[in-house]
Amino acid sequence: MELLYASMLGLLTMSGVYLLLRARTFPVVVGLTLISYAVNLFLFAMGRLNTGMPAVLGQASEYSDPLPQALVLTAIVIGFAMTAFALVLALRAQGELDSDHVDGKGDQG
Amino acid sequence: MNHLPILPILLPMFVGAGLLLMARSGTSVQRSISLVATLLQIPLALALVGQAGQSIEVYAAGNWAPPFGIVLVVDRLAALMLLITAVLASASVLYAIRGDDNLGRNYHALFQFQLMGINGAFLTGDLFNLFVFFEILLIASYALLLHGAGSSRVRAGLHYVLLNLFGSALFLIAVGTLYGLTGTLNMADLAVRIADTSAADAPLIGAAGMLLLIVFGLKSAMFPLYFWLPRAYAAASAPVAALFAIMTKVGLYSILRVYTLMFGEDAGPLAYLINDWLWPIGLGTVVLAAIGASASSTLNGLVAYLVVLSVGILMAGIAMGNQQALTASLYYLIHSTWVSGGLFLLAGVIARARGPRYGARLLAGPQLPSVMLFSAIFFIAAISIVGMPPLSGFIGKVLLLSSVESGGQAAWLYSVVLSSGLVVLVAMSRAGSTLFWRSEASSSAGEPVDKVRMVAVGLLLLSSPLLVIFADPLLDYLDATARQILSPAGYIEQVLSTLPVNAGGNP
Repeated sequence: MELLYASMLGLLTMSGVYLLLRARTFPVVVGLTLISYAVNLFLFAMGRLNTGMPAVLGQASEYSDPLPQALVLTAIVIGFAMTAFALVLALRAQGELDSDHVDGKGDQG
Repeated sequence: MNHLPILPILLPMFVGAGLLLMARSGTSVQRSISLVATLLQIPLALALVGQAGQSIEVYAAGNWAPPFGIVLVVDRLAALMLLITAVLASASVLYAIRGDDNLGRNYHALFQFQLMGINGAFLTGDLFNLFVFFEILLIASYALLLHGAGSSRVRAGLHYVLLNLFGSALFLIAVGTLYGLTGTLNMADLAVRIADTSAADAPLIGAAGMLLLIVFGLKSAMFPLYFWLPRAYAAASAPVAALFAIMTKVGLYSILRVYTLMFGEDAGPLAYLINDWLWPIGLGTVVLAAIGASASSTLNGLVAYLVVLSVGILMAGIAMGNQQALTASLYYLIHSTWVSGGLFLLAGVIARARGPRYGARLLAGPQLPSVMLFSAIFFIAAISIVGMPPLSGFIGKVLLLSSVESGGQAAWLYSVVLSSGLVVLVAMSRAGSTLFWRSEASSSAGEPVDKVRMVAVGLLLLSSPLLVIFADPLLDYLDATARQILSPAGYIEQVLSTLPVNAGGNP
């Protein structure tokens, strides 16, 4: 399971970085979203991958670490707000600069 | 229990939230509330500075004992940073209430949230909480940067937002790695765990540490991650740019905190993780910022490069790492934050007086009203930021240069700092002579000079002579601060020995 998980994270990050380097606002925002998925999954895995272990005391003989789950929750909320802001900004840049290039320059490059 | 340490976070939070609710009430009400709340930060910070002079204060939020709960730690460094922020923010809000806050909505609420994020980043003793406060200050700064938009602001803002989003992802990876390997996020506890880490885990923790350097370097605009800064700062409105003068220092503060506490001399194989990197990075930043300053075409852009330059000098000082160099760096940090904030405000006043056609561009424009006053103020500010005697920049640089230990280091530091000083001197003289002496015959379309705005400028620039006059007691405090930073054992001991408060109020 660890190998599958790790390679999925790698794949997500790779796609995210590739899209980030496209220098158009829409792929960049999608790329950032993919990277933040990868980061959230990574944070989650830092509590170690287990099955059948609830994050609540007294529900089972063994329990998993609840802190990474709390961290992921916080990170998701923050990441969501930031992505929404970036989208609004990208739309405004499209309107004001008449281009979806991140440098606002048009299509020469 | 002493609740003072959390007030610098709670006050702007509640005032900001209240201002959001009062969005429909008159601007004058909002302005006065925002001004009073910001001014209140100064006595609050002074009280904390006094308290930190006695001992390190630890506040366990929600009464959860460390290392399990989140703690706020007020040591000398944090208290000092709070005071710097409070003074800078007061001048900035004083400037803003004369009209710059009216270009868009909710300026003051955003301003308070930004203050909350900055203060929280200085106070927190928890790595993940530092991330949260970084995000708070960033999202407020995104909105403030774009306040009263224009196409240049949107373009600079887009770079700034996207870069920082990527930086946040890196921050989370570093935090996750550290948590996975050590099982804690409390900085004091992390320091203990890193000190006795196994040889197998050390490279991974080192990788997380270097990732953190990239994140903090992005915030503090070090070489080669500073390219977003000049554009963003030059595009922001004057009071926002002045407040942003502290934002690079948040990154520097985090570098100072994390790498002296967690990767200091006790960290075994990871001791002094970044010192060898920080030194060339700092000097490279200084050189490129000096080149950028001499090439900039607006006064705001010039001041923005001066901010980058001060970051470079401070990084070199932190990289030297001895007590004297840290004392000098802290002095230079206070000086550079306040004076560059003042210069941003001054650039705003000059741009208004020259009218929208010329703005702060370094071109011969209309004759300024009361040009003698302007040029005198600009002259004083320029002398101070360049580092000529008798003002505070000079003292900071002399202290830093005299603290260098080895010959090779001295050769690099002397040549880079002194030649960058000369280049900046030339750039500032060129800017001053263009703005004040070369004038076209065309009549000025600008606004008359606003007195309150000049008070805000004066407040920040006056700090430079005051820093010289009160240099002796200040340097005593800073010396004790540097000693405290370099011996993190006291900090760790104080945090980890904190007990929760019982119902009776006794620990």
